[in-house]
Amino acid sequence: MSEKKRGWKTLPKGAVPYKSSRDYQTGDWGVAKPVIDHTKCTKCTLCHFFCPEGAITVRDDGYTEVNYDYCKGCGVCANECPVKCIKMEMKK
Amino acid sequence: MVAKQNMTGLNGDEASAYATKQVDPDIVAAYPITPQTIIVEKYSEYVADGLVGTEFVAVESEHSALSACVGASAAGARAFTATAANGLALMWEILYVAAGLRQPIVMAVANRCLGGPINIHNDHSDAMGARDAGWIQIFCENNQEVYDTSVEAWRIAEHPDIQLPVMVNFDGFTISHTMENVYVLEDADVKKFVGKRVYMKTEGPRGEVEFRLDPETPITIGPLDLQDFYFEHKVQQMEAMKGSLNAIKAIDREFEKVTGRKLDCVYPYKMDDAEVAVVGLGSAMGTVREVVDELRAEGVKAGMIKMRFFRPFPVEDLRKAVGSVPVLGVMEKAYSIGGPGAPLYEEVMTALYDTKERPLITDYINGLGGKDTSPEMIRGVFKNLQKIKEKGSVGEPVSYVGVRE
Repeated sequence: MSEKKRGWKTLPKGAVPYKSSRDYQTGDWGVAKPVIDHTKCTKCTLCHFFCPEGAITVRDDGYTEVNYDYCKGCGVCANECPVKCIKMEMKK
Repeated sequence: MVAKQNMTGLNGDEASAYATKQVDPDIVAAYPITPQTIIVEKYSEYVADGLVGTEFVAVESEHSALSACVGASAAGARAFTATAANGLALMWEILYVAAGLRQPIVMAVANRCLGGPINIHNDHSDAMGARDAGWIQIFCENNQEVYDTSVEAWRIAEHPDIQLPVMVNFDGFTISHTMENVYVLEDADVKKFVGKRVYMKTEGPRGEVEFRLDPETPITIGPLDLQDFYFEHKVQQMEAMKGSLNAIKAIDREFEKVTGRKLDCVYPYKMDDAEVAVVGLGSAMGTVREVVDELRAEGVKAGMIKMRFFRPFPVEDLRKAVGSVPVLGVMEKAYSIGGPGAPLYEEVMTALYDTKERPLITDYINGLGGKDTSPEMIRGVFKNLQKIKEKGSVGEPVSYVGVRE
């Protein structure tokens, strides 16, 4: 993010963020990322419910997918997956 | 026109509780600690008797008391708490949070020394330990000032240009447990003066909003604020505190119109032609005034300056009050172990360093742990100041008054 940041005279008072939490793409925090193997997936959607960031959504076809803009790579999904179809891959 | 007032007998804690009852804040969260206990004891009676609409939150510690106030205040409520000494020390972490998140909380502090060794009596070491937290700090001389300040504090805290928490300090036992005649306003006049809480305007992701948590206008208060924003937000706080004096003075004048009592940041007394003078905070200043009168009757050109505000530190008012007095003694019930002097002395020195007619300044630490500061001791201070004037130099810059050797 190379935008010009505001100074103290124009920043909102009370240290209130002027951008939505959607604007803070925290996906680059992680060192690893989950990759779902849909050939083994049983569509149980547990990964969707366990994801602490709400970064795993359920598609119309019932499979889940990861939004890498917000996924911090914690690995909770891979740990909870009952059929072990989620692998944590190191980011380059 | 001055509003109708009744004279009543109240100790300092009761004066604080009574004024707060009339303001009727949304929540009071507090934990008892001597010598503040009477405030929340009295206030819980008002709640039990149905005299206020306040939600009384009985918490398990002072850390929780102030945390509850921060949460309630962020949600838009008026929040009050009271504490002293080690209780204030336990709040330390949240003092910075309350100020940093610009929550206009009002807190009474019945000043007591910090243990150990354990002692429950008065000095200002508790408040001075909190001086850099970002709270406005007002020191009261007597019970009337406690009442007046406890009403006025809400207007100062909630002023849209200020939006900072306010600490109303008064000396433990000397004021908190001692009864005096106090003029109190009618409930309706207090409510009218204080009004409804006003919210500062800020900017969230969806544009301009009032600074409070409301699901209709969502904002985040208190998220992570790292290298790229924290400094900027601290400067906002410093500038708000620096600029608050003008608004405070306007509120003082408004208060005078309602009560007929003049409130100020700095009170010079017989300073016009003074040759030796004392500056200080709190109840001891009443005794100093008596001694100044006695000395004047004996032909000594003595004067004094009472400071009601310590934060913001009213530099210009102090310089004006000091004028061209050649010798100035700072009397304070606090210390800064290892520092060049105690807190008030250091502030006074800094404030006067750049003035053309800077007086000789010396520090008199007195009354620690509730030790009495008698008129005789204050006479001794003035005698010492006269010696400094004759010699033309200070000698020992910091000395202890009333301590056994």
